Amino acid sequence: MTAPSIAVVDYRAGNLTSVIKGLTAAGSRPFVTADPTAAAGADAVVVPGVGHFAATAAVSEAMRDALRTAVAAGKPLLGVCLGLQFLFDGSEEAREVAGLGLLAGRCYLLQGDVKVPHVGWNTLERRRDSPVLDGVAGEAYVYYTHSYAAPLGDATVASTTHGSTFAGVVERGRVFGVQFHPEKSGEDGLRILRNFVALC
Amino acid sequence: MLAKRVIACLDVRDGAVVKGVQFQDLARAGDPAELARRYNAEGIDELVILDVTATIENRRALADTIRRVSAELFIPLAVGGGIRSETDAEAALDAGADKVALNSAAIADPSLVTRLSRRYGSQAVVVAIDAKREDARFAVFSRSGSTQTGRDAVAWARQAADAGAGEILLTSIDRDGTRAGFDCEMTAAVSAAVPIPVIASGGAGTFAHFHDVFTAGRADAALAASVFHFQEHAVAALKSFLHERGVPVRQSSC
Repeated sequence: MTAPSIAVVDYRAGNLTSVIKGLTAAGSRPFVTADPTAAAGADAVVVPGVGHFAATAAVSEAMRDALRTAVAAGKPLLGVCLGLQFLFDGSEEAREVAGLGLLAGRCYLLQGDVKVPHVGWNTLERRRDSPVLDGVAGEAYVYYTHSYAAPLGDATVASTTHGSTFAGVVERGRVFGVQFHPEKSGEDGLRILRNFVALC
Repeated sequence: MLAKRVIACLDVRDGAVVKGVQFQDLARAGDPAELARRYNAEGIDELVILDVTATIENRRALADTIRRVSAELFIPLAVGGGIRSETDAEAALDAGADKVALNSAAIADPSLVTRLSRRYGSQAVVVAIDAKREDARFAVFSRSGSTQTGRDAVAWARQAADAGAGEILLTSIDRDGTRAGFDCEMTAAVSAAVPIPVIASGGAGTFAHFHDVFTAGRADAALAASVFHFQEHAVAALKSFLHERGVPVRQSSC
């Protein structure tokens, strides 16, 4: 069986070197693209991203359509960090910019007597089983770096608390999202990427 | 719960790891990729590569070192030393770094911090501050501790955070390489003044020093070099020490 191809959506939000390296180590053939046709032709799609939610405005309408079509066709989709937030309706960080709306809710600024951005290794609290978390310890540490977060909901598979308790891992059908950086989360992070690749 | 981070620093010159005492007397400590592998296996939370004698000639050697170190590591990697422009930052990030640490260049032109954080996100931009006690204040020095800047560490950290820095890497020049303990007072003063994480550096000698800087020093992370270089399994032992004393740390799963 050949390694599945994974389209990594490029919308100029940050450096993609580490994501590509992680997906490659997880046994897939990732390629960076801003072309909706190329993304639609892949076995699966990853939406990466760091920084401000406004950056997702650069994801073209055609690419948004391609992502929705891929999901409707049952292709696995993984949002990482800002990419997870993009799966939701939108974010308080940039109210004028619409998210994909695959998951209900708006992302919000982390609250409480804690430092924001939330940077470092924090624990995942498992809410239910998910194929992407197969083989990952119940309270695994993963590496976060973000200021805004997605609300808890039916799609929440695991949560993390930093001031607020927010969605760390989401799953709905074949749509997945992780607020942390699996490509920077050591062995557990690689396991999550391998689990995703195994679904492709 | 968010863990306190333990960060290993690789001071690199001409592709090899060296370690200085108060920024001088560099002595060789090993191959960066080999050390990185060892630290990763021991459960280090993050790595910093500091190019201690950055010149234009060895810029390519640095990119090679970054590539070698990042090739097999899946934990955050920051690179500092000689990052003077967007082009330098781009080269380090393209080679596999997740963050760049700016020191003298940020002092000379704070807008560089803003430009880089807009382009790559603030999580990719660390402002490194080298400071020394002078009477009741913490005086900031640039150019590897050689040049007095007239700035105060607390005020400069605040300005750097406002400019878009995602983290502050605060080094005590007085303590660097002495193994006499972190400057907890200075670290606490800076940490209380900024909303972003502060990494304490300079002076690590014993496990108790880490405990001190994570509690009294209010540090979010602590960085050391020689304390890890010359002792096998120091990272795992340090994590156990901190865990037993109630400091939240990520303990290695392997």
